[in-house]
Amino acid sequence: MTFSAMRLLRESVTGHRGWKPLWRRPGPKPRYDIVIVGGGGHGLATAHYLSRVFGKTNIAVVEKGWLGSGNVGRNTTIIRSNYLLPGNQPFYEFSMRLWEGLEQELNFNAMVSQRGIVNLFHTDAQRDAYRRRGNAMLLSGADAVLLDKEKLRRMIPFLNYDNARFPIKGGLWQPRAGTARHDGVAWGYARAADRAGVDIIENCEVTGFRRDAGKITGVETTRGFIETSKVGVAVAGSSSRVMAMAGLRLPIESHVLQAFVSEGLKPTIPGVITFGAGHFYVSQSDKGGLVFGGDIDGYNSYAQRGNLPVVEDVAEGGMAVMPMIGRARLLRMWGGIMDMSMDGSPIIDRTPVEGLYFNGGWCYGGFKATPASGYAFAHLIATDTPHAAASAYRLDRFAGGHVIDEKGVGAQPNLH
Amino acid sequence: MLIPHPLLGPRDAREFTVMGDAGMIDRPDPAAPDAADRFYEYVYLRDNPAGVHRELWFHEYGDRSWLVVTRNTLTHEIVAVELASDVSAKREKSR
Ligand SMILES: Cc1cc2nc3c(=O)[nH]c(=O)nc-3n(C[C@H](O)[C@H](O)[C@H](O)COP(=O)(O)OP(=O)(O)OC[C@H]3O[C@@H](n4cnc5c(N)ncnc54)[C@H](O)[C@@H]3O)c2cc1C
Repeated sequence: MTFSAMRLLRESVTGHRGWKPLWRRPGPKPRYDIVIVGGGGHGLATAHYLSRVFGKTNIAVVEKGWLGSGNVGRNTTIIRSNYLLPGNQPFYEFSMRLWEGLEQELNFNAMVSQRGIVNLFHTDAQRDAYRRRGNAMLLSGADAVLLDKEKLRRMIPFLNYDNARFPIKGGLWQPRAGTARHDGVAWGYARAADRAGVDIIENCEVTGFRRDAGKITGVETTRGFIETSKVGVAVAGSSSRVMAMAGLRLPIESHVLQAFVSEGLKPTIPGVITFGAGHFYVSQSDKGGLVFGGDIDGYNSYAQRGNLPVVEDVAEGGMAVMPMIGRARLLRMWGGIMDMSMDGSPIIDRTPVEGLYFNGGWCYGGFKATPASGYAFAHLIATDTPHAAASAYRLDRFAGGHVIDEKGVGAQPNLH
Repeated sequence: MLIPHPLLGPRDAREFTVMGDAGMIDRPDPAAPDAADRFYEYVYLRDNPAGVHRELWFHEYGDRSWLVVTRNTLTHEIVAVELASDVSAKREKSR
């Protein structure tokens, strides 16, 4: 089933009775060439690129819950490539380019909307730091524009420019950044992978790895043993739990991040806005709700729900940048479990166990990475060599001191 | 979340900053032959369990004491709270 304007027209005059499920519901086969653990954005994207780009077949994605029940369906949907460090920025720009062609490639409307992101700055020193970051972005081939206060005011008039404590002096604008429909991304990748013959097996939790002489020979699951020689793990917040089953301790802590959405409003916010003096980011969904968030709660958690101090902190951040948000009613809030790494950057690498590959440590920024993460992980699994854009994301970089620490706060995950 | 402080009674979690795994108390011996490896593990690797976890909380906006909080990361239930100074004093004695 291919989506097209013709198809939509035909369905709308025949009562929408011809739409079919987007993917099959197969049970596990006894053997696959490659098993991907985790049916979130990254796992599904990996399966898609393994078949589409690297020509692999006989692949399964095993997911413990339902497809998209993890962070891919819980995030605030911001996509951007506005990083500073050489290990990161080219990777995120690679991802941005994949986003730009994603919907044509998948034949699926993932609602990729390049409405732009503005990072506000509040001091001269912060402006200089953003200028440097903007230059790093330009060097990687991305777009960046430094806006002064007057230009910014014309674009976003409703901000609290004259806040006594944190006056807004301008912003770093990436016009190509924006948002995408998070579960649409999961569904789009799932459908494309399924159409290429990938088995997506839901309600199938991996409970152990079978090894022989240091090599992977299969995975134990709640739906029985599956034989395979290559396993790619992309389980986000569950990274430590799953990799512990292979005897590995990771440079990762799991933390809860909350997100919030207001009642639906008429279009008010043009793109994505981030506060530069606290942690607050906001955009408006196509349904009209203001989608926003801030810091992680700061303590280890697997509970998928947060506490009130952070709710208050996020609300204060919102009131400081755009006081009009105080008139909007909060509709819903929820939490997701972040795989916070020790330097705030991800890992895409082989492991000491032959045939076992790991993808994780995405912190609260892995949604924008979904296409590049899947592509680079597929490259690694298919060729046993890292993709050029992800070659800095080594598991052993911490031992050697080659950390990629955008914020420069050290091995303290709750500060990243 | 309320933290039952051993000296001050129940205190709001927002008065605290969290340092993470209480294993931080056990600093490796810098003179040991394998010190580089031990420090790598000490600084970067974590058990990160789903369940009972012992962690260091600092009462920053309070009496500025360090606490060892034993907490369930699946439910946020607090199982035990001790002064970190008591924990390390006990450890010294048993050495
Ligand atoms: C509130 C919130 C806001 C965020 N905002 C943004 C944002 O604006 N921009 C951005 O770029 N990123 C954002 N993120 C981060 C982003 O969502 C994640 O980094 C990314 O989704 C993680 O990759 P994933 O999609 O593969 O993870 P997930 O969707 O969590 O997928 C992992 C899957 O593995 C499965 N799994 C776990 N254990 C097992 C097992 N033993 N066996 C089988 N399956 C298992 C889980 O059920 C889950 O479905 C946000 C996250 C949250 C929670």
